[in-house]
Amino acid sequence: MESCNCIEPQWPAEELLMKYQYISDFFIALAYFSIPLELIYFVKKSAVFPYRWVLVQFGAFIVLCGATHLISLWTFSMHSRTVAVVMTTAKVLTAAVSCATALMLVHIIPDLLSVKTRELFLKNKAAELDREMGLIRTQEETGRHVRMLTHEIRSTLDRHTILKTTLVELGRTLALEECALWMPTRTGLELQLSYTLRQQNPVGYTVPIQLPVINQVFSSNHALKISPNSPVARLRPLSGKYMPGEVVAVRVPLLHLSNFQINDWPELSTRRYALMVLMLPSDSARQWHVHELELVEVVADQETELTPEQRLMVETILKSSNLLATLINDVLDLSKLEDGSLRLDLGSFNLHTVFREVLNLIKPITSVKKLPITLNLAPDLPVYAIGDEKRLMQTILNVVGNAVKFSKEGSISITAFVAKSESLRDSRAPDFFPVLSDNHFYLRVQVKDAGQGINPQDIPKLFTKFVHNQTLATRNSSGSGLGLAICKRFVNLMEGHFWIESEGLGKGCMAIFIVKLGIPEKTSESKNPFLPKANHGQTAFPGLKVLVLDENGVSRMATKGLLVQLGCDVTTVSSRDECLHVVSQDHKVVCIDVCMPDGFEAAARLHEKFTKNHERPLIVALTGNTDKVTKENCMRIGIDGVILKPFSVDKMRSVLSDLLEHRVLFEAM
Amino acid sequence: MDSVVLLQRQLVDYTAQLFNEGFLDDQFNQLQQLQDESNPDFVVEVVTLFFEDSERLLNELAKALEQQSIDYRKIDAHVHQLKGSSSSIGAQRVQKVCIAFRNYCEERNIEGCQKCLQQVKNEYSLVKTKLETLFKLEQQVLAAGGSIPWPM
Repeated sequence: MESCNCIEPQWPAEELLMKYQYISDFFIALAYFSIPLELIYFVKKSAVFPYRWVLVQFGAFIVLCGATHLISLWTFSMHSRTVAVVMTTAKVLTAAVSCATALMLVHIIPDLLSVKTRELFLKNKAAELDREMGLIRTQEETGRHVRMLTHEIRSTLDRHTILKTTLVELGRTLALEECALWMPTRTGLELQLSYTLRQQNPVGYTVPIQLPVINQVFSSNHALKISPNSPVARLRPLSGKYMPGEVVAVRVPLLHLSNFQINDWPELSTRRYALMVLMLPSDSARQWHVHELELVEVVADQETELTPEQRLMVETILKSSNLLATLINDVLDLSKLEDGSLRLDLGSFNLHTVFREVLNLIKPITSVKKLPITLNLAPDLPVYAIGDEKRLMQTILNVVGNAVKFSKEGSISITAFVAKSESLRDSRAPDFFPVLSDNHFYLRVQVKDAGQGINPQDIPKLFTKFVHNQTLATRNSSGSGLGLAICKRFVNLMEGHFWIESEGLGKGCMAIFIVKLGIPEKTSESKNPFLPKANHGQTAFPGLKVLVLDENGVSRMATKGLLVQLGCDVTTVSSRDECLHVVSQDHKVVCIDVCMPDGFEAAARLHEKFTKNHERPLIVALTGNTDKVTKENCMRIGIDGVILKPFSVDKMRSVLSDLLEHRVLFEAM
Repeated sequence: MDSVVLLQRQLVDYTAQLFNEGFLDDQFNQLQQLQDESNPDFVVEVVTLFFEDSERLLNELAKALEQQSIDYRKIDAHVHQLKGSSSSIGAQRVQKVCIAFRNYCEERNIEGCQKCLQQVKNEYSLVKTKLETLFKLEQQVLAAGGSIPWPM
């Protein structure tokens, strides 16, 4: 501070240094004061900074440091005591605050550092979650794929397709190296390799079915891991260098109905299984996951046995698809109908069955649509008729189908009866002249529904082919409009008439048709409840009144059935008294079981009852004994014929015909 | 429709098996021939009647053989009935046992009778099971839309 009196420098060196010190101090102070301001500004902007208290401390420390430097600006030159005091105070405070800050930082800096660590940790977690999301998405895809596959399986009825599809899709979904199916052979003692994924022509390997590994798999419905060295897994030469992939096997229950190679039928009681073997790719570290095993079990289980109801439904569906195919083919008949060259296929058929079949075919749809449907067949409707069965069924099915198609609710009723003259002539059919005869009858069928109805003016247009009535065409309707036109043609060919009545839109509709059908050949005894077969030709004794006396219910029924087969009118009695009570002149033949205690007695009494020989019914003894005693008894009592039990229809027929011809026959053994 | 054909084959094979094993004889065929569309349940009706009849008779026989003093004539009458029924439907094995039973009755051999009663019960329940299975098969064929194949 004292100026040196020696040499006066050019520049006052100290002055220069001091000047620079002065300037530096100033800038330091400036910086020191602005740093906290910046801190405050930015921290105010960010909301999450947790250490505001520290900031205050830090700020104070910096400010004081700045103040110290600022004050030292005054201390370069001579200064007063006040300035010295202020400087000291500032320095002391600064010292205090900076020590406090230093201590504080010991706690805070590790915390700040750990924030960084946490950040890194969170980043890792996020990456892991991303990976898992990817996996879940893949599983979802697989699940969807499997659902489609099972749907495919359920909808396919072809056994080969089911299995092939199963193998292919499983192989694809699970990225398998190999997937194979072992089917039980006819004998049930071996499993034969039937299908594989990779090899086109599987060699007919067989393995015995009693292997422990196979028993283990068959005894549970889970997919079990098996050794790659077991016989069922050794499907092809090892392609990998080191390790074959893990192998899993699962049992596949077999459908009882199969259209496979198996022709002979095994015992109904044994449940048969096939074995499905799945191999992961070799030389990969892949292992079977739990969800993959579950998938395999679900798929294998799809091949379950159909319950009888399901089978019936399947058959109905098949039948109706056959019928649909027939109907489609018959559309081509329309051209034949046009030029009049179509001929009806006349034959004898069961009329009641036709209606029942139509009902069975339409029932699945009516139950889905919840439309009650009833069939009323009149009691006098003949069971058998002569006509074109196929086309009659087509007509009825078409009419009923329309009723179902155009009804959203309400019930549908089908009524069928024999049309008598009043119901035949109809004002709506002025040009319909029914001709009644003994060989034919007119069948009238009415189908009533409570559906959309038709505007009466539009009714004539219905029968025009290919014209679809716009008011009828809803978004649910399909079909080309050919149906009614064809049906009308068929009905006309059957010399009948077809018309539709409706009171208007929304009021339902009634379709009525009358067709002429032939009556099959009847016997002269029209009241006979047991109509013999139309083409039987063996009704030798139509209407012959026979009385059967047998104590044993079973043989009585058997004898009766036999005689009925021959066209007789049979009455049965079980005791001698009943026999004598019931017998009359109308009975031409009385069959008596002479093995029963009262048999011969009954025969004797019959003789007594009918004193005049020509009034007496012929007595036939049914016996199991051929011994002499029986024969003598028969002759003594006056039995006309003897038949040995067990007897057949033919034997009875020959005995009766001989008897009736000659009125005497002695033995028929 | 393969399923119908398979079921029919199954039915035919089962029926043949019954004949081969002697459970049924030709009389059963005769009964089947008596069944047609106008009489579709004839065989079932007759066989059902046989079951009811036989069960009643077997009960009577069991009771009769437990008596202090055995009435062999009554037993013979029952067995005769049973023999008649079984021969009517062609239950051959039952019928054969009945014939043996009657012999023992004539000899008044109580042990023989009891043994035969046991045998007849066994044969009866066997043939009953077989016939019920047969009818079930027939039902399956009919339900599948097929018709019962004629006996050969």
